[in-house]
Amino acid sequence: MAQFSLPQNSKIEVGNYHRDKTNSKNLRKINIYRWDPTTGKNPRIDTYEVDMNNCGPKVLDILFKIKNEIDPSLTFRRSCAHGVCGSCAMNIDGVNGLACIKSHTDIKGDLNIYPLPHLKVVKDLIGDLTTLYKQYESIQPWLKVDQTGQEKTELKQSQKDREKLDGYYECILCACCSTSCPSYWWNGDKYLGPAVLLQAYRWINDSRDGDKKERLKKVADELKLYRCHTIMNCTNSCPKGLNPAKAIGSIKKMLATS
Amino acid sequence: MENNNPLSPHLQIYRWQISSLLSITHRIVGVINFFAIILICLWAILITFSQNNYSSINLFLNTSFGKFFVISLCWTFSFHILNELRHLIWDAGYGFDLKVAKISGIIVFIGSFVLTILFYILGRNIF
Repeated sequence: MAQFSLPQNSKIEVGNYHRDKTNSKNLRKINIYRWDPTTGKNPRIDTYEVDMNNCGPKVLDILFKIKNEIDPSLTFRRSCAHGVCGSCAMNIDGVNGLACIKSHTDIKGDLNIYPLPHLKVVKDLIGDLTTLYKQYESIQPWLKVDQTGQEKTELKQSQKDREKLDGYYECILCACCSTSCPSYWWNGDKYLGPAVLLQAYRWINDSRDGDKKERLKKVADELKLYRCHTIMNCTNSCPKGLNPAKAIGSIKKMLATS
Repeated sequence: MENNNPLSPHLQIYRWQISSLLSITHRIVGVINFFAIILICLWAILITFSQNNYSSINLFLNTSFGKFFVISLCWTFSFHILNELRHLIWDAGYGFDLKVAKISGIIVFIGSFVLTILFYILGRNIF
């Protein structure tokens, strides 16, 4: 049975209030989840008053502004800042997304920022994605070919076959979809989750791959695959506009018709 | 060491989407229907035993609570049927597009009330 409430050590407390020191007229309250592993205390919500007149358009700009000007202890992952690396995935205003491409002007009222849901927190906005990476490894995300390696020609793919990968190869593995999925919250150790299943479909669907049957067989499991109940939180949250629900549906359909 | 780290909030903070709301409703309604079918079967069995049973159940069904009970069950069945059709279409591989899924969800929700009214009218022999 799934545990719907947070465990005792994860209950969120009221944190510090960082009052604005710039005397700006255009302030916005930003509530951010904080947890410091060195203190042994419960997580808390810190509130920051941020001067929006001197802030970039994206949520990541706010986080940088807080880190640079208000509280250097704020910890979060980021790298490319262009929605390509997937490092800054977090829960923004109740929906998972990438802080670097999410405009804070789209959100009304106070801004709430949490780490990706239902993960062990490493620090502040950083969640532990070890399980997800292990699951990703388990689907063997590489091309498996029938060739011996002695062939002198390259593996060709027609334009039509290549098009079958559109909408799947673009996945950046930011884990927004998997951590938005209630099924993954309750069965994350066994259910593969939308991100990994979308990747699984990407390899099943590759015309060059010689291991399609084995791949399908491996994924056809009551827990690994069929925990998907088409809740569609995954598709709703994907920052790249992909459709994991459709990918999972396609795998189910393949299994039902093969 | 890992186990002492807190779990990030999930259900508490995640914003409800139309799709997720319909999904959880589907499940709750499914459980209700499971018990409703048992009740209906019991009712049918009781009727075969004596006329007293029939009239006492009839008395209950004609109270305002009884009517609410019946209409609610009409709705739970309507919703379940329509949303199950939506799932059937998904299983056939269609309707995964975000917009389509949203629209089909809204259709199911509104349709469930229309179907409820139809069921009730048909059951009451108003036509």
